[in-house]
Amino acid sequence: MSKVAAANVKQPADQPGNQSAGAFPSIQPLGEAALVLSCGASLPVQRRLWAAWHWLKARHGDVEWVLGMGNLTGRFDPLRLKAGKIERALEAAWAASEGAADYHGKTVEVPVLYNGADLATVAAHAGLSTAEVIDLHTAGSYTVFCLGFLPGFAYLGGLDARIACPRRATPRLKVPAGAVGIGGEQTGIYPLVSPGGWQLIGRTRLALFDPGAESPVLLAPGDEVRFVAVRA
Amino acid sequence: MTLTILKPGPLTTVQDMGRSGYAGIGVPTGGACDPLALRVGNLLVANAEQAAGLEISLGGLCVRFDQPAVFALTGAQVSATLDGEPVAMWARVRAAAGQVLALGYAETGARIMLCVCGGVDVPLILGSRATGLLAGLGGFAGRALAAGDVLPLAAQQPPQGAAVVRAPGRGGVLRVLPGPEWPLLERRVQQGLLSLPWRVGAASNRMGARLEGNALAHTLAELDSHAVQPGLLQLPASGQPILLLADAQVTGGYPRPLVVIQADLWRAAQFRPGESLHFVEVGVKDALAALQAQRDWLARLARMLAQVR
Repeated sequence: MSKVAAANVKQPADQPGNQSAGAFPSIQPLGEAALVLSCGASLPVQRRLWAAWHWLKARHGDVEWVLGMGNLTGRFDPLRLKAGKIERALEAAWAASEGAADYHGKTVEVPVLYNGADLATVAAHAGLSTAEVIDLHTAGSYTVFCLGFLPGFAYLGGLDARIACPRRATPRLKVPAGAVGIGGEQTGIYPLVSPGGWQLIGRTRLALFDPGAESPVLLAPGDEVRFVAVRA
Repeated sequence: MTLTILKPGPLTTVQDMGRSGYAGIGVPTGGACDPLALRVGNLLVANAEQAAGLEISLGGLCVRFDQPAVFALTGAQVSATLDGEPVAMWARVRAAAGQVLALGYAETGARIMLCVCGGVDVPLILGSRATGLLAGLGGFAGRALAAGDVLPLAAQQPPQGAAVVRAPGRGGVLRVLPGPEWPLLERRVQQGLLSLPWRVGAASNRMGARLEGNALAHTLAELDSHAVQPGLLQLPASGQPILLLADAQVTGGYPRPLVVIQADLWRAAQFRPGESLHFVEVGVKDALAALQAQRDWLARLARMLAQVR
């Protein structure tokens, strides 16, 4: 392993002493048909939210529960369910998640052919060689905070700050499915052909979203992702 | 049973009530932008509530009924002809095999629904036939319809009697509730949002209406990604709000000053580029009463139309 790849990469949110996981969140209405619980984004908080999300999905199937970064929204039919009931469910889920802050999902290895059109741009911005960028990208362990933006798109935490890179000044009209990119301090995989402004560093053949599959998405909140460089 | 697209107009897609239950994996609900027009259209042709129809942006559609069919046009006001003869909107209409329905361009409003007895029978993808244009999901090959497309219709006993309903009134106002960031906005910005007319911009689509007007300078930072939904008003740093519609992405990050009430979501989808709208603040009780009144109206229509099958 190269010196760069061996660097110990820690997310700020993962530092011991972060107290935000215990902070009581706020619950606010989002119109008459949704309530959102917000607690601020950090990995410890997000671990509790994953647990709360599963807890709520198992008990309140008539509500659509959507995870964000440090928040959790319940959408419901306000003529069938009272907002007060949803509020109490969110409070109960948050309380029940206290001991579940060590929630971990599965680990997914994502094979990547690092030949993206913007790999050289990212390297130049970082003042590194393309090989060093690849080493840093594959050295990290990434956590799926939540899904959104596109079906199956995972918001990943854990990018090494040294290879963070601003988005392209002009977004591409068509980014291919499986493209692996860096946008600001985030990295991610485009699950579908779509417009996109991230710097593309490579591509995976894994299907992130398959609507016909029993489980339509590859990645779930709480999963760990590792990128593995492949030759073809 | 089929329907052949001769001319699609600017944008015609297969839509139903959308796919609920998949927001957690990043799949928007989607479905008809004007769900009221779809529900009434389906009631007029004796379809199940979840049957799919065609959503036509602004008009211009030309279709051929390949077999005898019963159809209804609802939503935005448009002139339509069947083999050259004018046909009424918000009414049950019969077409003989081979007849051609041609729409002009909407006089007011943005989106017309065409519901056909039996419903458009494209495959269910994640529980819905709705076309998700961004993801290329569902509908007819995941895309907008094109000339030459042949859409399958499910076989169904056609209703017998005549039926017509009165179009719901639209107006230029959307009722809103304060969103999470409302209290954080300066009074000047709050007053601006509620007192200024907002014109729907040309860059609007099924994901959202871009509102143009006096830009409201504000100092709210962008937020951590959170769930968004149709009817939510986003306020980017530019001060030009975006009103999210049916195909809104699952998550967003802009401040959320206002939320359009559920009963007015269909209205929000019927403002066309160039039209102006006003927001008026109401309370949660008003929102629930308006939604209840709308459901009661639909239930009455359903009972009435069940008698003319």
